[in-house]
Amino acid sequence: MSKIEIKNVYKIFGDQPSKVLPMVKDGATKEEVLEKTGHTIGLDNVSLSIEEGETFVCMGLSGSGKSTLIRHINRLIDPTSGEVSVEGTNVMNLDQKQLIEFRRHKMSMVFQRFGLFPHKTVLENVGYGLEVQGQKPEERNKTAMEKIEAVGLNGFEHQYPNQLSGGMQQRVGLARALATNTDIMLMDEAFSALDPLIRSDMQKQLMDLQSELKKTIVFITHDLDESLRLGDHIGILNGGKLVQVGTPVDIIMNPADDYVTAFVKDVNRAKVIKAKIIMKPASEANGVDKTNLVKVQEDQFIEEFLPQVVCNNANCEVIDKQGNVKGYITNKELQKSLTKS
Amino acid sequence: MVVVAYTTSKYRPESVSVLFTDFSWLGNWPKWLDLPLMPFLNDGFDKLIREYGMFFEGINNFLLGLYTDMKNFMVGLPWPILMISVIALCYFVSGRNTGTTIMVAFCVFFLGFLSPRYWDKCIMTTCIVVIGMLLCLIIGIPVGILMARNKKVRNAILPILDLMQTIPSFCYLIPGILLFGLGAVPAIFAIFVYAVPPLIRLTDLGIRLVDKEVVEAAEAFGASKKQKLWGVQLPLALPNIMQGVNQCTMMSLAMVVIASMIGTRGIGDEVLLGLQQLNVGMATEAGIAIVLLAIIFDRITQSYGEKIQARTHNKKKLIL
Ligand SMILES: Nc1ncnc2c1ncn2[C@@H]1O[C@H](COP(=O)(O)OP(=O)(O)OP(=O)(O)O)[C@@H](O)[C@H]1O
Ligand SMILES: [Mg+2]
Repeated sequence: MSKIEIKNVYKIFGDQPSKVLPMVKDGATKEEVLEKTGHTIGLDNVSLSIEEGETFVCMGLSGSGKSTLIRHINRLIDPTSGEVSVEGTNVMNLDQKQLIEFRRHKMSMVFQRFGLFPHKTVLENVGYGLEVQGQKPEERNKTAMEKIEAVGLNGFEHQYPNQLSGGMQQRVGLARALATNTDIMLMDEAFSALDPLIRSDMQKQLMDLQSELKKTIVFITHDLDESLRLGDHIGILNGGKLVQVGTPVDIIMNPADDYVTAFVKDVNRAKVIKAKIIMKPASEANGVDKTNLVKVQEDQFIEEFLPQVVCNNANCEVIDKQGNVKGYITNKELQKSLTKS
Repeated sequence: MVVVAYTTSKYRPESVSVLFTDFSWLGNWPKWLDLPLMPFLNDGFDKLIREYGMFFEGINNFLLGLYTDMKNFMVGLPWPILMISVIALCYFVSGRNTGTTIMVAFCVFFLGFLSPRYWDKCIMTTCIVVIGMLLCLIIGIPVGILMARNKKVRNAILPILDLMQTIPSFCYLIPGILLFGLGAVPAIFAIFVYAVPPLIRLTDLGIRLVDKEVVEAAEAFGASKKQKLWGVQLPLALPNIMQGVNQCTMMSLAMVVIASMIGTRGIGDEVLLGLQQLNVGMATEAGIAIVLLAIIFDRITQSYGEKIQARTHNKKKLIL
């Protein structure tokens, strides 16, 4: 059973979504629906499942429905049709009380526009999730302080959000989501306002946290490099439709359509593709010139062994950790895999 | 309705067929085409008084008692003590703002200085306004909250608010007198009808204007409705609500002057007296006293609003 399961979810914004639904199900596009009925399609038949402990990255252009999708998971938005279940429970079946408990203990969220409470200090903001759970001030302030330190904001705990810069506010939002220590984290462009240094620092922290605690993270970003770095799986949305789901390599090597192709066009492939993905298995590599070989670990990224290969104008021999030969990559193939588009 | 009007009218012609042979009724508006609303309302009102008289009497006694106690207490105080109390109240409520306090002190002093008679009358007026305001707050704010929460409630209440704001005040002063007799209580009733709409509207608006994502954040972390309301929505709506309270005060004061025409005692009857005797000086003097009273109320509520805002929003004063 997947941690989060989304099945055939449609979301239509407007006055009479259920009247427009059949039209959308018949395949009308977002533009047509908007022109004919004045309703906006948020999501169009989206199905996906997210496994426990993975980081699922959701990408797409502005207005493609990313925020709408993530809001369905904690039911800030009700679907027009379809089903969302978390750990096997359909969130639409929760009553008011269960929903509150569910939101308190199962998941936390980072908001795109931060959603900080302007009348509360940084410390109170970060402790909010614990406050609504009914924790005592001393206890929750202690946890909150830890998280404030983790995002590098110590010294600012008694400031108000509007005294902080955008990036600092975003980190407050991040700390607030971390404070409740929930299994599932929903992060809507959680790093978008950060400068490159802090950003890569936060990415690293997130990956460390992930390798340690194995949370389930749904992460929205506009930044392809970020998504390749963080994501176990990536889903790409276009006009409310989920056009492709796959591992980073899948997406880069086999883009499903022109939209995805355009999306991944500028990516630095050498950073993403590992030796084992492009190698020819040893059994099929008869014609390879083995006189001039560079030894390469199967899990190395192209980026790491490329300089060596270029300097020696050599072919690669791919080995596993024990030193067994797994396959070969010819110089030509290497070039091809880097330029393929 | 037309049929009802026709059958109950005493001016209707002998038989319906006359209408189709004699067309003179198309000239002027015929007397029989008259909706019998007035007798209907009068009957209804009589019935209301007959059957719920006890209820209104209860309200009447309660409010009157409150008013009398409050008035007697304040009139009984030596004037310097009362004056110092008002100044002290202003000083603390405004967050130790000396400018505002000096202004209010000046106004309070001038109330008595204009004419010694005014002191007690101003106290009466103040008591009525304060009780009317309390009533507005107790009922207005919860109604505003309900409206913000529920679209159906809002759609039901908005026309009522429009009605309350557009109906001329004399139209409900009269039923007020019939229900509560002459004096302070119909004035309080009139204040309520006249001054509560802006408070309700601004409470509703204030809550709905709170940033949607901030409210979503509260929900996403599992805040119950109560936690959301008290912890997020009300504090963030407070500047608007305080603006509503301020409006409410000013309108109460305007109403209490009109209410002097139905025999409510207070500073308003000085104006009325001046008018009746064509004594321009007297009316003007009383007019000035009302303005001073208005300034006192306005400064105190306004400065309190600003203080709250400074605290919750941690910003310099918003320009209103
Ligand atoms: N509350 C709403 N009412 C009406 N339409 C909405 C609402 N929320 C979102 N939409 C519409 O749904 C679509 C998807 O919006 P969404 O916010 O999910 O985009 P997004 O992918 O998060 O974009 P961005 O990257 O700019 O944040 C948009 O076309 C938007 O107009
Ligand atoms: Mg978004």
